Amino acid sequence: MNGEDHPLSKYLRWEIMPTTHCPGCGGGQVLRAFIQALDDLSIDPESLVAVTGIGCSSWITSPYLKSDTLHTTHGRAVAFATGVKVMKPESPVVVIAGDGDLSGIGGNHLIHAARRNIGLVVFLVNNFIYGMTGGQVSPTTPFGVATTTTPYFNAEHPLRIAELVAAAGANYVARWTTFHARQLIEAMKEALSVKGFAFVEIISQCPVSYGRRVGLRDGLAFYKHFKERSISVEDARSLPESELEGRFVVGALARRNRPEFTESLRRLNEEACRAG
Amino acid sequence: MEFGERARTYLGGLAGQVRFSLGDEAAAFGALFAGCRFFGGYPITPASEVAETMARELPRVDGYYVQFEDEIGSIAGVVGAARAGARAMTATSGPGYSLMQENIGYAVMTETPCVVVDVQRSGPSTGQATKPAQGDVLQARWGTHGDHEAIALAPNSVQECFDLMIECFNFAERYRHPVTFLMDGEIGHLREKLVFPALDRVRLFPRGGFDPADEEGLITPYRDFGHGEALHVTGSTHKENGMRDVVTPEVHERLITRCCAKIDRNRRNLYRTEERFLEDAEVLVLCYGAASRPALGAVVRARRQGRKVGFLRLKTIWPFCGDTIAGIGARVRRILVPEMNLGQISREVERFVRIPVERVSRIGGVPHTVDEILRAITREAP
Repeated sequence: MNGEDHPLSKYLRWEIMPTTHCPGCGGGQVLRAFIQALDDLSIDPESLVAVTGIGCSSWITSPYLKSDTLHTTHGRAVAFATGVKVMKPESPVVVIAGDGDLSGIGGNHLIHAARRNIGLVVFLVNNFIYGMTGGQVSPTTPFGVATTTTPYFNAEHPLRIAELVAAAGANYVARWTTFHARQLIEAMKEALSVKGFAFVEIISQCPVSYGRRVGLRDGLAFYKHFKERSISVEDARSLPESELEGRFVVGALARRNRPEFTESLRRLNEEACRAG
Repeated sequence: MEFGERARTYLGGLAGQVRFSLGDEAAAFGALFAGCRFFGGYPITPASEVAETMARELPRVDGYYVQFEDEIGSIAGVVGAARAGARAMTATSGPGYSLMQENIGYAVMTETPCVVVDVQRSGPSTGQATKPAQGDVLQARWGTHGDHEAIALAPNSVQECFDLMIECFNFAERYRHPVTFLMDGEIGHLREKLVFPALDRVRLFPRGGFDPADEEGLITPYRDFGHGEALHVTGSTHKENGMRDVVTPEVHERLITRCCAKIDRNRRNLYRTEERFLEDAEVLVLCYGAASRPALGAVVRARRQGRKVGFLRLKTIWPFCGDTIAGIGARVRRILVPEMNLGQISREVERFVRIPVERVSRIGGVPHTVDEILRAITREAP
């Protein structure tokens, strides 16, 4: 079966396949889950704007997704997407980027977009490492792990980015792993359906730049790890924080119904014009 | 371009009105008349009044004001809004302008039209936050990394804050390039007469329009998002179809040389200057922005004393009108350059003439006086 025969081929730019992702990378599964979610919801890719930053995860949709694609500067995808969404509120505007991009250099844009509750859909692919640049420590790298810039061990603690976005006020926040293929698609569909800021942290694997440093040498090893170490939001509630160290708390972390930013802006315009 | 009904009613109703306006406010209104419908910004002295005016006025013309978390986000949002079809701008001062430089380069590389107002203040760093300066002139040229051209205009009156702002948007659209409006704290916080034109008298270059003056076809066609064309827009080196190619030397060379040539080869169409008393001039006073006001006073007084002094004011700073200056430089004996920095444009002038170029610098947040420029003129005058 070649690419064009795939039932979801209309979502992809087959002419530039294969992708540049490494063997075992989770990027392909994220893309697969995303276009499945689009298809399940009958979202026309022509109506969608995909915005990305810099890094391996930003290459998931740029350029492989066959939609309008804005491949921006490092960390700024959410801010670029804010401008797009304000002018095109009827279009789904989706940001897919990595942990370094969204929680490191772009962390402040992420927090404030969630606070603003603008109707962006943000999928943060967390592989715990700066992969494209060769395996440097990231804001989500676990404590104690050796990387190329923590050659002895990582003396910092990882950011729980999904909890941060939930605290900032997003209408929808969830976390799943690439092992949870079906749940991930459902979470992406919910993110694409809710009004307001929607965020899914996707725990993903990087065997090449991260896995080999922690004894997870291929995709399968990561799946087993994700399966064993995951715990549902509900089950996690009864556990003390110390027992959640190194675990992946999966499920929905926030569901709210605060007014969406671009709708509020349009209401503001109506009131300004009535006031004269 | 088409104005919405609300914009036509509101802006059209201002025709002929006279206001006692701040330069910052005039710049904001110029943007509204130029069709700007998105402003992304962050407060900073002495540019905050541009943001405040836009926050108040944009909703009345069905436009959108977003206050971002910082200046990096502001310019990013502006480029995103531009790609989604809006004429878009931001306004800041030196510290914010420094933060914006990476994404200004993104706008250069993706050939996205947008306008950045920089109401210059004394620097480097926080400097004298409330004091005017002209210290960002070379930052406007070389602030972002890599090979690129730049477009920057500088007003010297409140009316010109309005008029040249429209020119900024037209240049941005015509050349598919970010444009810096290099105001300064003196002009931005100046209060003067502003007269609004009739809306139908404002000539606007259409988004994605064809420029017949671009005979070499260096400006490529522009398309907004949302037309089902699956456009790929990237700040990485890309082929003509928008797809990344960061390894082929010829692809990078072709892209960058064209992006530079589209400004450089068309540069004479971008020059805007004010020229006075040049016919018999033996000494030239070359200036721009706030410094041009005392400079003109000094030139007029020198003329009354019978001295053959000419006046050249650059409204377009970049691209630099070196060819114009070379022509004048062949006829005069000296060039004086009063500027509120330690000599950023005077150094540029030196590249185009073989006669002495004298700096008349003033920093510290106080503008030149007429007397001090007159003294510089008479010190060695003919």
